[in-house]
This record gives sequence, structure tokens and C-alpha cells, in this order.
Amino acid sequence: MSAAEAWRLSAASLADGVRAGSIGYQEAIESGWEGPAARWEPDVHAVVHADPEVRRRGAAGSNGGPLAGVPVLVKDNLCTMDYPTTCGSRILGGYRPPYDATVVARLREAGAVITGKGNMDEFAMGSSTEYSCYGPTRNPYDLERVPGGSSGGPAAAVAYGLCPIGLGSDTGGSVRQPAAFCGVFGLKPTYGRLSRYGLVAFGSSLDQVGIFARHAGDVALAYAALAGPDPFDATTRLGPAPGVSDWDRGVRGLTFGWPANLWKEGVDPEVVGALEQAAACLERCGARRSPLDFLPGEYAVATYYLVATAEASSNLARFDGVRYGFRHPESDDVRALYTRTRSAGFGPEVQRRILLGTYALSAGYYDAYYLTAQRARTRIRREYEAAFARCDFMLMPAAPSLPFRLGEKTDDPLEMYLSDIFTLGANLAGIPGLTVPLDLSAAGLPRAVQLLGPEDSEPLLLGAARVIEVRGEETRLGRDHLTEFAWPTKR
Amino acid sequence: MPIDRAEVERIAELARLEIPPEAIERTAAQLSEVLDFVASLSRLELDRLGPTQFAPVEAPLREDELDSRRLAPETALAAAPEAEGGFFLVPPIVENVSP
Repeated sequence: MSAAEAWRLSAASLADGVRAGSIGYQEAIESGWEGPAARWEPDVHAVVHADPEVRRRGAAGSNGGPLAGVPVLVKDNLCTMDYPTTCGSRILGGYRPPYDATVVARLREAGAVITGKGNMDEFAMGSSTEYSCYGPTRNPYDLERVPGGSSGGPAAAVAYGLCPIGLGSDTGGSVRQPAAFCGVFGLKPTYGRLSRYGLVAFGSSLDQVGIFARHAGDVALAYAALAGPDPFDATTRLGPAPGVSDWDRGVRGLTFGWPANLWKEGVDPEVVGALEQAAACLERCGARRSPLDFLPGEYAVATYYLVATAEASSNLARFDGVRYGFRHPESDDVRALYTRTRSAGFGPEVQRRILLGTYALSAGYYDAYYLTAQRARTRIRREYEAAFARCDFMLMPAAPSLPFRLGEKTDDPLEMYLSDIFTLGANLAGIPGLTVPLDLSAAGLPRAVQLLGPEDSEPLLLGAARVIEVRGEETRLGRDHLTEFAWPTKR
Repeated sequence: MPIDRAEVERIAELARLEIPPEAIERTAAQLSEVLDFVASLSRLELDRLGPTQFAPVEAPLREDELDSRRLAPETALAAAPEAEGGFFLVPPIVENVSP
């Protein structure tokens, strides 16, 4: 493979080539820009900040670490010193942070180069990447459809080939749902496993940084470089993160939960078909299916939209036009400065969620809404604990449908919220979830499934993901068997 | 519909947001739809369940020493819309205070 085709490689193969000297650092970074981005980016619009000079400096300063020369697109809510960090919002227009997020610093230490910043729903609030002040990102598999959200930019860029790894954030499914819509892997780690220092906060008890990749092994590679305690984030778990080097170990002897009551109605038959196929792969490799009944997802949606909005209303109070970003020019007093800056700076969905969260926390309503939701959250966590007493991990849809059309849900907030029905639970429970791409539907749209496991079960989830990646062919489990990615083709 | 116009205005005031008059009705309807939906939580049996809390039982304490990462005042002020003499600048907070 010529260096110009380097963008087709997995991150692991690319880093091998760079360390061996067969691919230059500069070529490794630019291949994705010169090939696929030239073709796709004008239509897809996955990237909101890019700078060839910054990339050149990054490549020159890279090192022979585990991610040597690997370009990574990072969601625009992760702080980067050499690119603006704006959360897809007018209120942070032009803002350049004075420090790197810990996960960004760890990427650089591992030899990776930040290739740009990815588009997102404003402040990560949305499920389609349509609520960005820069305009929407489109799905490379069908440009009339959304890439999912809120981390739609990194998901779409990894899918079309700009870079083999992307970073997003997942507060209620914002990595796993766009991964499913764009046909790539998407990991939301256990709460507290990846540092959130430098991730602009949305819902602090729910937020996790997540990883996109086209290959199961690349998720493991990035997780190993990023996970672990950080003195700058007091919510990171103490002690080392679980090792994921045996991601090709298979699933023999494991039991997976099969909560079929969740997809009896309201779920696209294509999604149900994907679940059956994934289950068959796992069974062929020696896993056992354990049917179980699970609490309907509507309760997780209800709980989530109280807890997350309450936390968001508090976290987003810091955006007031004083210390960074946009300030409304006509304000005679400080009160007007706050109100005008926030009203002109935040988009409609962010304002809606701030209002909802403010209401749920306000005097007289706190018990009825916020406290009830936090008790319901305990109920949901126990539901997962009970399930994982009976199985090692669970198979679930990542989303109830295949990618929907642009504009289809923007006028109906509740309808948009319900597209996260299968992902929110993991955030409420603090457990890891991994979207695994399966194939393309008859209409050419990605189909995927989601794996959920108890805390720190990332090694096990990656093992199961690899089994699905090789379609249950046990002889291909070993890491030397490279899998071909189902690239989008322009229509 | 649990939220009416006046309620939207009250919450907006608390949140330091200004909802344009023509958008208040629609905002009330959208928020009400979500609140009607979350009312489903009343169907869950929550009697003996405490709220989920995230305060760690044994919060780890760091050494009481300055760490290496410090933000110099000029760096902290660099992104401010207005700054002067080492301070963030805002419009008057208190007026007509007699000396």
C-alpha cells in the first residue's frame, strides 16, 4: 500500500508503518486530508476547526509511541491549545483554551496528532448534529440523513476515512448512537475511567469521553493510551484501568443477556435483524444467550431528561460573557450583560434544556422532579445490577432506527430525546457501552448493535466486539486477521 | 399542561434567559410535553429507594502542595471579551453609591 493510501489503514497498522519508517509522520497525517476529505468533507462537514500549519507542527513534534503518527479528530468540546474550542456554540465563538484536556495531552504523548476539531450539537445537546452553530454534519452513507449526535463530526470523519480514531463525549449516547449511524465502533467507557479534565461539562454525573474507530483493536489501542487516573479530575477512578491487550480473546463460556422485551415494538426490523445476526455470531463462538426482561427504556429517558438538564443548567451558568467567548455588545448593567449574552449566545435546544433543568431544580419542584429522578436512577442502576448477576454482558440496540433524515426530528424535542432510548441507561448507571457495526442494510445504511457490561468490563466488551467484527468465525479472531471496513461510496 | 406563560417567564428569569414574546407559547408547550412524559416516573415503585449520589465515600485527598500547572493572570485574561489592569471588566454592578 502506498503512503497516499495510508488513510485506509487501521490506527495500529498506520503506527506500525510510521515506526518502521515506511510511512512518514507528515504523510500519515495528510493522507486522510488529501484523499477522502477532499472528496467527502465539502458535503459531510465533519470538521469545524482545521489548520495545515498546526498539523505540520504536530507531525514534526510527534513520537514513536503506540499511536505514532495517528491523526485523531477531537470533538469541539475537548480543550486544545492549538485549535479553538467552541462546543458548536456562538457563546464560545473564537475561544482558545489556555490548556489541553488530559485526554488530548495523552493522545499527544502517545504520538497521535490532533488533525482538527469535530462538529457537534451545541454543548453536546442533541442526537443528530443538526444543532451546531456551524450547520449540520451529514451522514457519508446517505447525505440526506443525519450522522447521529451529538458527536456526529468525529463519527462521520472516522467513517469516511479522515482519520482512524476520533474522540467524542457521551452523556446519554453521544458516542454510541452516532457510531451506530456511521457504521463505526464507539466506546463509552466506565464512568471515571477517562479523565474529563478539559472536557466542557454538560451533565457531570453522566459525562464520559468516548472513542470512535473502524476496528475493535483500535478501540483497545486508544483506550489503553487514554484510560487511568488523573490528578486533575477528582472523579477518575483510582487504580489502573483494566488491561485490554487481549481484545481478541473471544467469548467462549460467557453468557449474554437478551432483553427481547425492549424491541417488541417501536424498533426498526432492520435493527432487530442486526441483533439476531450479532447474537448468532456470539453463539457460534461459544457464548450462551440468556433471555431476560428489562425495565422499558422510557423510564431511563424520563430520568435522564431531568438529571441531565438539571446538571446542565448549573454547569452552563458559567457562560455569562465575562471571562471568555461572546459578549453581547449592548448591556448597560451586569444583569443585562448576562441575560443578553446568554440569550443571543445559546441556541434554542440549549436554552430549552437550561429552562427544563432550572425548573426541575427550582423551589417547590425539586422534590417532585429532581429528587424523584435521582431515586428512579437508583432503581435503574439496580436493574442493571440484577441483569449482570445473570449474564456477563447484554446485547441491545444502539438506536431504535437506522439514520433518520435531516429535519425529521428538529421540531419535536421529545421525539429527538427518544432516539437515545437504548443508550441513556448506561450513563445513568455509570457502566460501559460499546457500539459494534455489523453491515449495511439493503438501502446502504449502517446497521449496528450495542454491548453493555458491568463497571470495568471493557476487556470483555472488546472481546465480544471482535467476535462480531469477524462475524463469529473463530479462526479469524486472532489480531493478525485484518478486517475490511465497509467504506461509504458516493451516490 | 403543567407550564404556562407566566411559569416560562419565571424560569427564564432564574436562568438569565430572555425568551422572545412570540416564542413563549411554543416554549411552554414543548416544556409541558416533556414534563408530561417524565410524569411516567410516578409509575415506578420508588418507596424504599434513596437518591443516587456521586459523592465518593472516601474522597481521595491530594497533597496540600501547589501543582505544576498554574494559570498566569495574563493567560487567564487573554480570552476575556474585556479586561483591564489585570481584571475582568464588566458594566457597573452597583450605581449611585455615595462616597
